[in-house]
Order: sequence, then structure tokens, then C-alpha cells
Amino acid sequence: MAAVTMVHGPGRAKVPGRRPLRVGPLSTVVRLRAAAVVAVGLGVLLLALAVNLGLGEYPIPIPDVLAVLLGGGNTGQRFVIFDLRLPRSLTGALVGGALAVSGAITQSIARNPLASPDIIGLTAGATVGAVLVIVFAGSSGAVGGAAAAVGVPLAALLGGLLTAILIYALAWRRGLQGFRLVLVGVGVNAMLVALIQWMLVVTGVYQAARAFVWLNGSLNGRGWEHVWPVAIALALLVPAALGLAHVLGALQYGDDTARGLGIRVDRSRSALLLVAVGLASVASAAAGPIAFVALVAPQIAQRLTGIARPPITGSLVVGAALTVVADIVARTALGGTELPVGIVTAVVGAPYLLFLLVRHRRRSRG
Amino acid sequence: MTTWTTTTSASGNGSTAERADGAVRLRAEDVRLAYGEHVVVDGLDLDVVDGTVTAVIGPNGCGKSTLLRALGRLLKPTGGQVLLDGKRIDRTPTKEVAKILGMLPQSPLAPEGLTVADLVARGRHPHQAWYRQWSGDDEDAVATALEWTGIADLAERPVDELSGGQRQRAWISMALAQGTDLLLLDEPTTFLDLAHQVEVLELVRRLHREAGRTVVMVLHDLNLAARYCDRLVAMRAGRIVAAGEPSEVMTEALLADVFGLDARVIPDPVTGSPMVVPIGVHSASGRPAPGSPVAR
Repeated sequence: MAAVTMVHGPGRAKVPGRRPLRVGPLSTVVRLRAAAVVAVGLGVLLLALAVNLGLGEYPIPIPDVLAVLLGGGNTGQRFVIFDLRLPRSLTGALVGGALAVSGAITQSIARNPLASPDIIGLTAGATVGAVLVIVFAGSSGAVGGAAAAVGVPLAALLGGLLTAILIYALAWRRGLQGFRLVLVGVGVNAMLVALIQWMLVVTGVYQAARAFVWLNGSLNGRGWEHVWPVAIALALLVPAALGLAHVLGALQYGDDTARGLGIRVDRSRSALLLVAVGLASVASAAAGPIAFVALVAPQIAQRLTGIARPPITGSLVVGAALTVVADIVARTALGGTELPVGIVTAVVGAPYLLFLLVRHRRRSRG
Repeated sequence: MTTWTTTTSASGNGSTAERADGAVRLRAEDVRLAYGEHVVVDGLDLDVVDGTVTAVIGPNGCGKSTLLRALGRLLKPTGGQVLLDGKRIDRTPTKEVAKILGMLPQSPLAPEGLTVADLVARGRHPHQAWYRQWSGDDEDAVATALEWTGIADLAERPVDELSGGQRQRAWISMALAQGTDLLLLDEPTTFLDLAHQVEVLELVRRLHREAGRTVVMVLHDLNLAARYCDRLVAMRAGRIVAAGEPSEVMTEALLADVFGLDARVIPDPVTGSPMVVPIGVHSASGRPAPGSPVAR
């Protein structure tokens, strides 16, 4: 191609809007607005965590919370924060982040914001697995020990994977169409919800009640045994998602365009879907299917960053902050009674779902 | 079995003068193409020679786009093979193919809100990795591609706010940024008014003449195909009926055979290339009957 001579100073973008950042062989585009969203989101998250840690029957002022976190405070405060409240808040942040990244991936793959794990049945599939363990494994008292730390996440992962395979197989027809995936997913979701209802009916009242609290997406009584599985899943899967983000961007174009760019579309999509299923399943296992975080957080992150698809890092931070803020609301809105966090996220998320549906109808008509 | 080639005979026009050595870049050998049970193309042979601009013409449903998808390894033949520079395209790593051959599908999809710069930059994908997403080469190629197609001043605009002609130039710009010698364009002028069709084809001609690209495209407008391409490939019912220079291919007999069209072919008063003046459709053979395997 004939060279076009252009005069540019060092470090200036030759292509408007795509400012380069290059270090040795590494190179990327700097997006200041996206970086600002991540920074502000982290700030909100840390503030919300501090507020949440101070809340409870034994209130602790924020300065004291910070002192405890930095190694100070008295024994009582240290016990309350490290043993009781920190695992709960951390579970909330990690679960929210995991659900949001999962949603960012599935929404991008399907090119449709409705294709998030809670709408297309991935979290319901994980829930079936988890409810099976909760209902049938814990013979007495709460599910604890090995069943909670390993059994529930593994069963959830299995349930999520099987659901993903089912949806993918049913929706695949000479390629994957986003809207078909959503419709199939909604159907599968309905079936799985029915299956969960059936399990609740056939089991004892006590087990059903326990499963029910969990099903509303609760952070109540989360301990360190809930933190670790999600933390490990995030530590493994978020870097994988970031590594694949580049391919994810190309998958947003039609399949033919992506193939023409040298992408093995089915293979890349399966790998990304696997990452999304892993995140959604482990998150659901830890705190129940916290509603709508996976749908809403990636969309908020996308609008804030002004990028044409849900960003991975942005979604992670927004999802974490959103869930911890929702937990604060759940714990304080009704005075003494603590609501499951999933009810608060549903109050925010359901209207947003309606908005998406209305907008989609308008667009397909116009 | 005849291998239809787009090689010119001695009488080349001006645009073929720059052709290197007449090497076959892309070859279809006894290719059979099917969607499931539905066979669209069978026993097809075609050579695409370096430095040519080829248009594939034919009635709706004759397998033009299907053939183009197979040449671009988007559709795997159920029989025969496609060779890129002598090597089987389906056995070459797809990312390597993407550095040699660029493909612009018919009405491609872009994510909502995407800017022109980001769209064109996506063309660099075959040259990138997770740790190398915006190298100096990428930046130069994208800047050059934007200049070539005359949309540099639209770089920060969202693609969905562009006019049809601008949008098509943005997509061609993306294919250009990919930096491939070969370009396959599936109906690049669809949905454009005549002025914008001419604009796109002028761009293709410049790419061929000034940048040495080899182009294969599916076109519907026969007069524009005859004017802007140095090879025509006429297809009917999944087979190639004629291939060669426009003056050889675009005849009244062929139009009757391929399109079932009664027409006069006269020299276009501006360039002298063959020009079709339709008279009417006749009921003779030529158009696939409804329900035949190629009618879609």
C-alpha cells in the first residue's frame, strides 16, 4: 500500500481517539475514561465496604473500622470485623464482581444485553446444583464444613456447566444468534426454576426454609469458607477473561467478520462461555443467585466508560461496588430486619430489565 | 472438466498492465458447497490471478455469495478444495490466512456505538495478541486506511450514525487495515445509491491500480461490473457459465442463458465497456425453476 506521509509528534495519536501506550513489546490503547471509571468505582467500593463493616448490632465508626483493618482496634472490634463482618462484605464484593464479569462476557458473546447469566438460566442451573446439596446433603442444622466449602460450589459449577451445554446445543444453528440464545435461555431458565420449586416441595420444611433464604441471594452469615471459593475462582478466571477480552471484542461483530479476521469463533466462544459459567456458578454457590447484578452491572459499566461493549475490568468493579451498596441498603432499609441482598438488587434490576425489553421492541419495530 | 480462469489473454487493458506474473493466488478445485443437505455449488473450478479485479455475477440464489464465502474459508467445501497460494486454505492456520486474505461479508454487523476508528482498528486483529493490541504498525496501517477511504475526519464518529456510503467506506477501510493482498467483497454496493456505488467501485479500482490489491467481489449491477472489473465470472445454478474479460462474457446470448433476459449489449458511450440495455424477461430456460435445488 502506498505510504501516506503524516507528521506527528512523539506520543500523539495518529488515529483520533486511540492514544497508544507502549512499553517494549507490550502495547495497548489508553482509554482515560475507562480508567477513571475503574478508579472511582474502586473508591466507591472501598467506602461502601468500610460503611458496611461498621453496620450491625454493635456499630463501629468508620475511623475505627479503618484502624482495625490497618491492624489497630481492640479485641472485641477485631473479632466483630475479621470473624463476623469482613467475610460477609468480602463475599458480597467478590460475588458481585464475579457475576458482573460473567454477564459482561455472555452479553458480548450474544451481542445482546438480555443474554446475562440470570436471564438465560446459567445461575438457575448453578442453583439447581447448589439446592440439591443444601436440601439433601446437610442432614442436621445448617450446611457447613465440607459440604458448604466444596460441595455446594462444585455442585453449582456442574449445574451451570450442564445448563450452558444444553442452551448452547439448543440455540446453535449454523452459528450462534444472540436473540435465539436469549429465547432458548429464557425457556431453559423457566424449566430449571420449576425444578427448584419441585425440590423445595418434596423436601422437608426445614431444609426448604434454609434453601429459600439462600435462593433470595443472601449474604447473611457468610464466613471465610464462602469467601475462598469465589476468591480462587476470580483469581483464576478474571485473568483468563482479560486475556480473552481481545478476542471477545472481535466476536461482537458477525461470525463471518470474526472468522475473516482469523478467529476460531466456536473455540474462542466456548472458552469464554466456560469462564463465564465458572464465575456465575461459583458466585451463585457462595451467596445464592443475587438477582440482576449480572444483567445491570456490565451495562452500567459500558455506559460509564462509553465503550461499545461491556468492559471486563469496569464490570468487575461496578458489580462489586453495586452489590456491597445493595447490601448496605438491605441491612438498613427496614430498621431492625435485614433483607436478603438479592431483594434489593431485584428492586433495582427488574425495572432496568423492563426498560431493555421496551427499548428492544421499539428498535425492532423502527 | 474446464478450469475457468480469470487470466486475461494477450489483449489486456490498462488496468492489467501492473499485474505481476499472473500467478494464481486463489484456486477452487472441483468444489462442492452445501448448507446441510442443500447443495448450492457442485464441481466448480476457478482461478483468481494476481493483480486482477474479478466480479462474480449471476441471478439471485446462483451460489455467488456461497462461492465467495468458500474462497474466504468461511464455508468448508463438502467436496474438492480451495487453495490459497497453492496451499489448502483449510489446513493453513486461519490467522495466517487472515494476513493474506481479507473478507468483507454482505451487510456486516458492528456493535452499537462503535467508533469508526475502533472499527477500522479491528482489522488489525490478525497482527495482534493479548499483549500487543496497538503497535506502531497497527497505528500506521489504520491511519493509512482511513486516509485511503477518505474518512479520516469521521474517525471519532459512531459507525451507526454514518450514511450508507460512509459506512461502507468504513468497512472497506477495516479490510484495508488488515493489510492483505487479496480482498473478497460480498456485494459492497448493496443498499447504496448510484453515486455511492460508483464511489465504492472507484475506491476498489484505486486499491487495485495504486496498491496492487487483487479483488474478487460479488456484484449485482452488470454495467458497473463490466466497467470496473477486468474479469467477469458468470454463474447460474451453482456452476460457472462463462469467465473472462467483460467484452467476452457480457454478450446477449449469455444474458439470455444466465439471467433469462432479453437485452441488447452495446458499447458504453463513455468507456466502451459492454453495456446492457434490457428489453424484457423471456420465459426460456436460464432462471432456476422455483423449488429447484438452487432456488433460495
